[in-house]
Amino acid sequence: MSISTDDRYNTLEKSIKKLGYDKSSLIEILHSAQETFGYLGIDTLKFIASRLKLPYSKVYGVATFYNYFRLKPKGKHNVVVCLGTACYIKGSNKILENIERRYGIKAGETTSDEALSVLTARCFGSCSLAPVIVCDDVIKPKITLESSTREIEEMIK
Amino acid sequence: MIREKVRVKSFKINDICVTGQSNQSILEVARDNNIEIPTMCYLEGLSCVGSCRMCIVEIQGSHEPTPACTAKIKEGMEVTTSSPQIEAARKMILSMMFSERSHTCSTCVANGDCELQNKSVELPLEHSQVPYLNQRFEIDASHKNFVNDPNRCILCTRCIRVCDEIEGAHALDLAGRGLNMRIIHDMDEPWADSQSCTSCGKCVYVCPTGALYEKDISEEEVIKKREIITELIKNRGK
Ligand code: SF4
Ligand code: SF4
Ligand code: FES
Ligand code: FES
Repeated sequence: MSISTDDRYNTLEKSIKKLGYDKSSLIEILHSAQETFGYLGIDTLKFIASRLKLPYSKVYGVATFYNYFRLKPKGKHNVVVCLGTACYIKGSNKILENIERRYGIKAGETTSDEALSVLTARCFGSCSLAPVIVCDDVIKPKITLESSTREIEEMIK
Repeated sequence: MIREKVRVKSFKINDICVTGQSNQSILEVARDNNIEIPTMCYLEGLSCVGSCRMCIVEIQGSHEPTPACTAKIKEGMEVTTSSPQIEAARKMILSMMFSERSHTCSTCVANGDCELQNKSVELPLEHSQVPYLNQRFEIDASHKNFVNDPNRCILCTRCIRVCDEIEGAHALDLAGRGLNMRIIHDMDEPWADSQSCTSCGKCVYVCPTGALYEKDISEEEVIKKREIITELIKNRGK
C-alpha cells in the first residue's frame, strides 16, 4: 500500500502536526504511530524522520532503545485489529476475542510456531470501513467474525 | 541567548597550581599544562560525551571519580589524576571494553594502530579481569571502500559525532541497548545503501579501533588519520 493512499499515514500526519512538527516530540510520535499501526515498520519510521527532519539513524536509534517499541511483529504474518471507537462499536473486540481464542494467544503475542502475531491498534483512520483489520499491511474493511478468520487463514496458509 | 561570561579560574591538578577559563574542562586545562590524563572517547574538536570513563580523576570532596573530559573546572578545586584506586578503576574499565566484544588483535587490521591496544600497553593491563562474552555480530562489508565490524567496536561514538558535527550527514547512530548496542547506518541498512552517507571516510579516520576500516589495505598500511579532524576544525576557526 502506498503512503499517500494509506489512511493510517493521515492519522499519523495529524498527530505530528498537532505536536507542531517538533523534533523533541519524537518519542510521543513514535507512541502514537505504534498505536496506529500496531508496530513501527521501517517505512513508518522513515516517514516520521522526514516529517520531523531528523536523521534516519537517530529515529531508528531511539525506536530500538526502548523495549516498548516494536519494530516488527515476531511472527511471519501479522494481523492488527483496530480497537478504535468506530471499530469497537461495530464489535471489533469480539473479533479480537475470537482470534485470540482460535490461535490460543493474546494480543501482542505470537503463536509458538511463529506463524502469526496478533496486534491491536487504535484507529487506522478508516472508520467509514469499520470494523477494520490489517493483514500483513493490507486493510480488510467491514470485517465479520467469519471473514476475519477466513482472511487470516488465507494469509498464513 | 545570554552568554555566560568566561572567567579565569585557579585550581590545582596533582598539587600543581593551574589556571583555566571557566568554560574549559579539567582535561583541557590538564593538557594545556602538559599533565597527561588517558582518554578514549574524547577527540579534540568533537563534542564530549563522557562515555568511556577512561579519563576519570578524583576531585577532593567528591565521593566518586569524575570524567575529566566533561567536568568543567571550578575555582579552588583539587584534582588528582592518578592514585591506586583510579588506576585500578581504569584497568577494570579497559578490561570490560575488551570483554564485551571480540578483540583478537592478531587478526585485526588495526593491529599496531589501535588506541584500545595502546591503552592496554600504557596502563598497563596485562591480563583480562572479566571473562570474555564472545559475542558475534554480523560484519557490514557492503560499502565499496569501508567495512563496519561491530565485533571490534567500543561504542565510543566518535564516528557518530564526526559524521553529525563535522560532515553534517548524521548517517550513523547507536541502535539497541546494553550489550547489543551497535553502530548503524540510517535504518540499520547496509552501508552501501545509506542515503545519507557521503562516503567521506571521516568515521573511519577517527575510529580508535579496527571497527571501521578501509578495504583492501593490509595491517601495515593502516594509518588512522585521527588528527586530521582536529586540524580540520582548527582551520574552520570553530
Ligand atoms: S563515510 Fe562520512 S558520511 Fe559516511 S558514515 Fe562515515 S562520516 Fe558519515
Ligand atoms: S565504530 Fe569505532 S568510532 Fe564508532 S563507536 Fe565503534 S569504536 Fe567508536
Ligand atoms: S476506529 Fe478503526 S479505523 Fe477508526
Ligand atoms: S575520554 Fe572522558 S569519558 Fe571518555
